Amino acid sequence: MPVSTEQTITVTINGTTYEREVEARKLLIHFIRDDVDLTGSHIGCDTGNCGACSVIVDGTLVKSCMMLAVQADGSTVETVEGLADGDELNKLQQAFSANHALQCGYCTPGMLMSATALLRSNPHPSDDEIKKGLQGNICRCTGYWNIFEAVKVAAE
Amino acid sequence: MLLREVGYARPGSLDEALELLRADDGARALAGGQTLINVMKARAGSPDALIDLSGIDALKGIELAADGTLEIGAMTTYTELVESSEARARPILGQVCAQIADVQVRNRGTIGGNLCTNDPTNHLPPLIAALGAQLTIAGTEGERTIPASEFFLGVYMTAAGPGELLTKITIPAGRQDGFAAVTLGVEGTCIASAAASINGTVTVALGCVDAVPVVVTPASAGADDVRAAVRGASLEPPSDVHASSEYRTHLAEVLAVRAVNQAGGS
Repeated sequence: MPVSTEQTITVTINGTTYEREVEARKLLIHFIRDDVDLTGSHIGCDTGNCGACSVIVDGTLVKSCMMLAVQADGSTVETVEGLADGDELNKLQQAFSANHALQCGYCTPGMLMSATALLRSNPHPSDDEIKKGLQGNICRCTGYWNIFEAVKVAAE
Repeated sequence: MLLREVGYARPGSLDEALELLRADDGARALAGGQTLINVMKARAGSPDALIDLSGIDALKGIELAADGTLEIGAMTTYTELVESSEARARPILGQVCAQIADVQVRNRGTIGGNLCTNDPTNHLPPLIAALGAQLTIAGTEGERTIPASEFFLGVYMTAAGPGELLTKITIPAGRQDGFAAVTLGVEGTCIASAAASINGTVTVALGCVDAVPVVVTPASAGADDVRAAVRGASLEPPSDVHASSEYRTHLAEVLAVRAVNQAGGS
């Protein structure tokens, strides 16, 4: 097991497998946005606080600015681009749209992934469980109430 | 953010990881990365190499012995501790881990990383100190097990030295435990914290008031005795933007009483 500053990694994102040579110092969010060109996941604070970069890695919700791309070698990643079926928004996305759950929209990809992870493990969350499920995501427009409503509607 | 150039390896065994750490003074262990990667972004630390511990099965898992003793692998995540049926043998563990940061951080952050960071504002150092845990540290020369009271040495410093790894945390049986904290926002970083355990005697560990958890042993679980024990420790906590030294001293007393009450003291 040699220590190396570069490595070839294989990551499956939204069903497509990508093999790329990456530097060990590259954050997973940069791999997703810059190497694979999936720019739906956002970089908000780059300090692990805002959650705009949230993606699902091997079924687990993570902040992709606090993980190296090489740590995701061999993993399956889900990003916001994987939610819709072609042009058809999924139920959660439709609920966000119908309930005006986005204002500037910057936090939305992260909010959607956190809500996706929540509803997968807990299809009928209580109000408190929804709030706790979205705790790691900050909305700079402070539009939390409609986001909360949208998740609630999607869970019905 | 672009990090400084760094090497990376994900060894499959503990021996391999220890060898890689021993071979390079600039190598550091990477557990969940929920502190270390941000430290690297801020250039507050710049390891030459990261030895990722996630591929080592020996560092994972929670075992419950017949006598109620819990053995927790250092790479166990907060989420695993919250969801583990074994860990419910000592319910306070899951209760406190459920209060750390948010879902995403809990999914990747580990008990070993939390303890080895020994940030005075972390939740787990005082809790582990109050519960009377033993910590096992491995090096290329072999392993040793020490009590929590000998593990925490200073801010960001523990007995797990260069070339060594914390491998497991052993927690004796018990149920009468409590934890109380004043935090920055709900479930944020602690401004002051206290963990308590009643097991024949009363043990209280105070967090955020010194470089390491301050352990006091009140004569009884009564509020007056708990307050007297905290005052007897002659705390001189640091002041910062969140709380003055005087306020932290006050919080230490209040939180110690709350933690003991939760433990079933009153």
